[in-house]
Amino acid sequence: MDGCADDDFIELDGVEKVFQVRRRAGLLRRERREVRAVDGISFRVPRGEMVGYIGPNGAGKSTTIKMLTGILVPSGGRLRVAGIDPSRERTRLARRIGVVFGQRTTLWWDLPLRDSYALVRRMYRIPDGRYRENLDRCVELLDLGALLEVPVRQLSLGQRMRGDIAAALLHDPEVLYLDEPTIGLDVVSKAKVREFLREVNAEQGTTVLLTTHDLTDIEQLCERVMVIDHGRLVYDGGLAGLHAVGESERTLVVDLERELPPIEIPGCRTVRVEGPRQWLAFPAGSSAAPLVAAVADGYPLVDLSVREPDIEDVIARMLYPAGKTDVASGPGPTSLSV
Amino acid sequence: MAESLRSRAYHGVRAYLLIVGMWVRSTMAYRTSFLIMTVGNFAATGLDFVVIALMFSHVGTLGGFTLPEVAFLYGTTSTAFGLADLILGSMDRVGRRVRDGTMDTLLVRPVPILAQVAADRFALRRLGRISQGLLLLVWSLVRLDIDWTVDRVLLVPVMLLSGGAIFGAVFVAGGAFQFWANDASEVQNSFTYGGNTLLQYPPTVFGREVLRGVTFVIPLAFVNWLPALHILRRDNPLGLPGQVGFAAPLVALGCCLLAGLLWRRGLRSYRSTGS
Amino acid sequence: MRLYAAVTMSGFRRYATYRVATAAGIFTNTVFGCIVAYTYMALWDQRPHLGGYDLSQALTFVWIGQALLAAVALLGGGFQEELQERIRSGDIAVDLYRPVDLQLWWLAGDLGRALFQLLGRGIAPMVLGSLVFELTLPRSALTWVWFLLSVALAVCVGFAVRYLVALSAFWLLDASGISMMSGLLCLFFSGMILPLNVFPGELGEVARTLPWAAMLQVPADVFLGEHRGLGLVRAFAFQAGWAAVLLAAGRVLQSVATRKVVVQGG
Repeated sequence: MDGCADDDFIELDGVEKVFQVRRRAGLLRRERREVRAVDGISFRVPRGEMVGYIGPNGAGKSTTIKMLTGILVPSGGRLRVAGIDPSRERTRLARRIGVVFGQRTTLWWDLPLRDSYALVRRMYRIPDGRYRENLDRCVELLDLGALLEVPVRQLSLGQRMRGDIAAALLHDPEVLYLDEPTIGLDVVSKAKVREFLREVNAEQGTTVLLTTHDLTDIEQLCERVMVIDHGRLVYDGGLAGLHAVGESERTLVVDLERELPPIEIPGCRTVRVEGPRQWLAFPAGSSAAPLVAAVADGYPLVDLSVREPDIEDVIARMLYPAGKTDVASGPGPTSLSV
Repeated sequence: MAESLRSRAYHGVRAYLLIVGMWVRSTMAYRTSFLIMTVGNFAATGLDFVVIALMFSHVGTLGGFTLPEVAFLYGTTSTAFGLADLILGSMDRVGRRVRDGTMDTLLVRPVPILAQVAADRFALRRLGRISQGLLLLVWSLVRLDIDWTVDRVLLVPVMLLSGGAIFGAVFVAGGAFQFWANDASEVQNSFTYGGNTLLQYPPTVFGREVLRGVTFVIPLAFVNWLPALHILRRDNPLGLPGQVGFAAPLVALGCCLLAGLLWRRGLRSYRSTGS
Repeated sequence: MRLYAAVTMSGFRRYATYRVATAAGIFTNTVFGCIVAYTYMALWDQRPHLGGYDLSQALTFVWIGQALLAAVALLGGGFQEELQERIRSGDIAVDLYRPVDLQLWWLAGDLGRALFQLLGRGIAPMVLGSLVFELTLPRSALTWVWFLLSVALAVCVGFAVRYLVALSAFWLLDASGISMMSGLLCLFFSGMILPLNVFPGELGEVARTLPWAAMLQVPADVFLGEHRGLGLVRAFAFQAGWAAVLLAAGRVLQSVATRKVVVQGG
């Protein structure tokens, strides 16, 4: 017994993952190098929470998820999911978790969607009643009704992702790991997926851990965000705090009728002017509505659009505050353009 | 422990059959294509024997063996190899799965990995090779004048099954090897397809080093050569007694155990290095 | 033109990075070479001038076969799987709209692959084979030149055949069965398992006129000095003729397939 309290569903204490990377150095000589992909991460996730797990590419996100699911064995530290050590009891844990790899479908290409679900039912030995209930719920919420009899190869990317998410939830997992669940999806599919995840989390109490590049995913789904960089946890808290730490800004792009001097409205600053087009930066935490109203009021407005801050951007600002370091040449994220 | 091993084996086989069923259904989505492929597979694998027949159009014996005797060797190894190929024929895809990351999607399911990998891309058309091998085996049995004793009669099915198991072990070992060297799936062809080609010809054709190698190092000779020498009343070129052919099931068991251990090691290595 | 040269180079480099795969391939070629060489020794032991070859020439034939197996892709493979996968997944639609010639594009890449595999997987088995068995190597430098020319033509014929096979994925969806059959037919009719000169009677005559003969039998005979003078010209014409016919057939099939994609949307 691990004495796992119900409110600490996922526990990590100083978890490490070190890879030996061999590299060719010269004709025959080989160099061995240690890469600390995850370098002493500790956190706890209570049952029923929905957490965003973000960071630049190569920061250690996937490695963490692979350790949480039991795919990879940690090199050090202690890790428990539902009181189970994932790497030792991978198969037992597998019945209690659901995983969606955004880029890799687990559905059967040439068979109707329904057949893939039937396989999941038998692989996970889901009782008939439960299966039908869960399938009905997924079909309804993810709008899969018309797709069940369609071979997967004929589904669009968004439809397939919805199909994959349903497949991961048929066996009532207590925790759902999602690796980039909205990548490459159209706006409608993204909205559907988010809506569904919110519902599952609220109704079933499923714990959700998701990695994403889309800040909107986090904004709409997660109250808590963990940021990982170079294998270390560099932030763990609310989204608002992340924005404050990162001083993230959204951008309002306005097209005016003609070229005008930089717009001056309190609460925002004009960062760029190009002919009749101007870029106004304003704090990501505040609403765009009053700003839009103010611009429309005082200036001859033709068109406008709001640009969300990119997640890498937010992290970059947080990790490498402007003016302090030369980000472009640093080891971290390189894009800082707004 | 024994109980858990038994239940693991049960779950493994069950999952294997489930996935196999999915592949069969997938194939049946293109029924015409499947039929053409099975017939074609049957004919195309038969070309191997056509080559042997062509050789015999120039000579009466090869390495001292007549055409029906060579057909007996051909039929037995093809059937054994065909069985292993049918059941485990996609083990050469392990390396690719490791490279493209799809191995991970198998590892999050509550089912043994070996069962999932073995069932991958299951193809019923591989029945073509087995039926072709069996057909030649029957033909050779009709043509051969064998002094059938009880042990010789028994040895035929035993040989086919343990031969299949030995080839199966080679497939699994080859798959395990790809966890370390995921570009090296071709090495396994040397021992599977290469072994099958080797065993189609009489052992007398090959040098003694080759015979020693496949008797004592990688015991492919137990697939058909050694049992067949006993059935055909031929002397063992290495001077071993004819009865060694009866060791085939034991050798097969040993090979399977070793392959299983190797598979575990390979999988463990993958899970600690992730590549 | 410069584009296709670049594609060829990248095809070469791409295969050059698979060092382990290359080593594994050399190992396999050597094992198969040894197995077949032993069977030939048994055969030629009884019929010393079978098919017009002496034993040493027959053994040389075996190792030329192993040396060219990868370069000419006698078993299939190379771009073939990739193209089939693109057709299966529907990504091919994107390729069709690119401003390059689809067939030339894949041919250029395949030539790069073949060049690497001729060097990487051709030389080592040949050397290893000549250490264990007594082989007949050409004495004149000119024969080597003719051999390389013949190999280049063989690669083109091999490409054309596999291109046709790969395009069948447009209709079959699962082209792996037909790829396998094509590989086995190629092994048989190229002379890889048994030289076509040894095939008896009409079967031999027919086999020697089929396109597969251009992929191994002809280059091997050029290497062994079996073709001289006008015979050499005829051998090249045979190879070039099949290359032209099959490449043209590939273009026709490609345009039919394109129309299918455009009409059905994949």
